[in-house]
Amino acid sequence: MTETLQGNAAPVDMPVINALGVDGALISFGTVLTEAANRAALAFRAAISATDMPGLIEVSTSLTSVYLRLDLTICDLDSLRPALTELLDSRDWYAAGLPEGRRLWRVPAVFGTELAPQLEEAAALAGVSALDAVAMLCAAPLRVQTIGFAPGQPYLGELPKEWNIPRQTDLTPRVPEGALAVAIRQMVLFSVSTPTGWRHVGQTALRLFQPDRTDPFLLRPGDEVLFQPVSRAEFETIIRHAPEGGAVSERVN
Amino acid sequence: MAGIMLHRAGPGITLQDMGRPGYLAQGLSRGGAMDRLALVEGAALLAQDATLAGIEIAGSFLTLSADAPVRITLTGAPMRVLCDGAALAWQASHLLQAGTRLELSGSRGGYSYISFGGGLETPELLGARSAHLAAGIARMLENGDELPLGPDAGHRTGLALAPLARFDGGVLRIVETPQTRLFPQAERARFAETVFRKDARGNRMGQRLVPQGPGFGLKTGLTLLSEAIAPGDIQITGDGMPFVLLAECQTTGGYPRIATVLPSDLPRLVQAPAGADLHFRFVSLEEAVALERTEAKRRAGLHADLRPLIRDPHDMADLLAYQLISGVTRGDDLERTEG
Repeated sequence: MTETLQGNAAPVDMPVINALGVDGALISFGTVLTEAANRAALAFRAAISATDMPGLIEVSTSLTSVYLRLDLTICDLDSLRPALTELLDSRDWYAAGLPEGRRLWRVPAVFGTELAPQLEEAAALAGVSALDAVAMLCAAPLRVQTIGFAPGQPYLGELPKEWNIPRQTDLTPRVPEGALAVAIRQMVLFSVSTPTGWRHVGQTALRLFQPDRTDPFLLRPGDEVLFQPVSRAEFETIIRHAPEGGAVSERVN
Repeated sequence: MAGIMLHRAGPGITLQDMGRPGYLAQGLSRGGAMDRLALVEGAALLAQDATLAGIEIAGSFLTLSADAPVRITLTGAPMRVLCDGAALAWQASHLLQAGTRLELSGSRGGYSYISFGGGLETPELLGARSAHLAAGIARMLENGDELPLGPDAGHRTGLALAPLARFDGGVLRIVETPQTRLFPQAERARFAETVFRKDARGNRMGQRLVPQGPGFGLKTGLTLLSEAIAPGDIQITGDGMPFVLLAECQTTGGYPRIATVLPSDLPRLVQAPAGADLHFRFVSLEEAVALERTEAKRRAGLHADLRPLIRDPHDMADLLAYQLISGVTRGDDLERTEG
């Protein structure tokens, strides 16, 4: 695993515009996850969404890049490239701040027990005790670096260096909705029941995606999440009685 | 309100349209019909908007009826269709009388579609009606489900449209991805020369392919950052097997992608029966864009290719009285037209 780059300097040869599929473009701000590249991608997405570039159907971000889906009957990457380049050159995206309207979420979670059976294994890989592992994972708010893979599903980071642990080679056949899993200095909260290669260390009662609501997605990129360890008994009470899985939020900017 | 009632629904039947654009940034892929061309063909036959919702049948069976006369079309993977015991032509429009049972069976795999004049008007969720099973939006349709119909402005039936050939596997055209060059030149060349078998393991999220010969895994212990993914992307999974992402794919992923299938060739992939041979051919991005534009134009002009089914409905004095007759066949016309 490559060491994470520090600082705000733009990586060499970045940002770069590539085709992604026939009708897509990928603007990459880094090949490894850095704070600056993540902020750059979020800020560039906001900027391009505010333009009225003809033929742009969708804009999304992953950890360090922005994806554009194009209507080929109106434009293509060649015809958009000058405008994209001009926008890229218009400012230092790596120096961008975080999105407006961010929130801090306090989220109760059970660590370990049969609800989250891989805590011990993950702690051993990180070289700490299970108790210390929980303390580390709950020590500070983690940032929603991107939402992706499944609806409303956050990638949270960045964890201390000890947590640069690999994904497992074999997939866990199924983790439940609300599962909290760890790998490569990140945590993922699962919005749907799914197979995964990340280790299942915690369980929350969050429902990250509720399609029948007016605001179906709980978290947004830039939000922060602070996990609060609770006992199995407390968790059962939360599941039964607490709205939003016991999570509460406040504005941070 | 007029509606459709499902009497006997097998597994794998969903309501589908062109999906939900606009939620990629929230991790929700577009979803929608696996063979979008089939919905476009159905819309051309009914002279209506291709964004209206219909029923997708994934290698299954279905019996339904309507409580008012409704125009229907049958497109996508051919099935045996009986209407009150008489066989109906595939890839054609018909008038289904109120209370008449329409029975579809004998699927040989792939995805079959029933479109309705006026479309199905279930409540929209996030701007579309399609089920997105992976995201937990809606569910498979079941016995006893009632689906409301929208108002139908059209009236013509008894029309047929030759389908674009896509039911026997064959060549899928691909373009390079930003990760293609992670694979050595010799491996990329071997990929383009290899014959793949369509695995039985496939669903609305993606389709696994099995190469004749070794897999295509990268030897270096590569850890890629999760990156944006689109339908058509060919991931090389841990076991070296290609996995082509489809309508309900995840929105990001960390496996290397060797290439991306052209959107206009995805119907050929999803409609190939399990076990069919598929192979890939790299084309330049420029050529791929031109091919997509040509196909978009062809789809927009499909109405010009409609032809009367067996006999011209205009020649009949009382069209409604003939509606069942007009579409009746001997039941042996499942042989597909190679377009």
